[in-house]
Amino acid sequence: MSNFSVGFRTKGAILVLALQGELDAHTASELEAAIRKCQEENSYQIIVNGENLQYISSAGLGVFMAHIEEVRENGGDIKIAALQPKVFNVFDLLGFPMLFDIVETEAEALARFENAEA
Amino acid sequence: MARSVHTKTIPSSTRYLEDVRQFVVTLAQQADFPEDTVEKFKIAVDEACTNIIEHAYGGQENHEVDIAIIVEKDRFTVRIRDEGAPFDQSKYHEPNLLEIAKKRQAGGLGVHIIRSLMDRVEYRTRGQVNEIRMTKYRTSGNAQNGETK
Repeated sequence: MSNFSVGFRTKGAILVLALQGELDAHTASELEAAIRKCQEENSYQIIVNGENLQYISSAGLGVFMAHIEEVRENGGDIKIAALQPKVFNVFDLLGFPMLFDIVETEAEALARFENAEA
Repeated sequence: MARSVHTKTIPSSTRYLEDVRQFVVTLAQQADFPEDTVEKFKIAVDEACTNIIEHAYGGQENHEVDIAIIVEKDRFTVRIRDEGAPFDQSKYHEPNLLEIAKKRQAGGLGVHIIRSLMDRVEYRTRGQVNEIRMTKYRTSGNAQNGETK
């Protein structure tokens, strides 16, 4: 049984993926499927809400890496919000803050998308 | 604090990663490591097992991964053995995030994580058996803690 799930919400044109549980090499395919679904629906403004994400390994981080270029080429972005400190540490260890917009709250991520459009 | 060895064998499938993490966390907590260090062991062991499952065994699930945790007064060592394809350190390059993103490739980050989190990482191959040995030493404060138990 998988202990990871992705919830979808929309905020206008922006899609919020709410991650829950533990993201590892076994569950990364679920995040992969979720991001592919966004792309198939031409939703390229994506916020990943990590408030309930308990754990991430490089397999999970690799999913973001594999899709960020395509999302940005289509005028969008993947903004990562509300990570727990222990999860943020793994992002930080690999230098993700250099490549990704990582913010403290979902509201901040929304504001950044809105400001970019203004 | 006496030396203790704890072993666990899992089939070579990612569905057992969660069990491995729990195994490591329980032992590291029992050995009185602080929470942030426990978290480091958990990630390093997950990454090492993932690499074995996906690379050494190429995703084939009909093999075994042997994990041993050795708790000593001054250190915590995780030894993982497999009989798959050996990891060739000479072909390993530190990952460059921008290049990985451009190539749209997932992966290649696990070894970097292991090396960043553990004090010592050694690879060995003897006959058919590959071994990764990852060690973290206690800081003096933690060692004292362990002695009083």
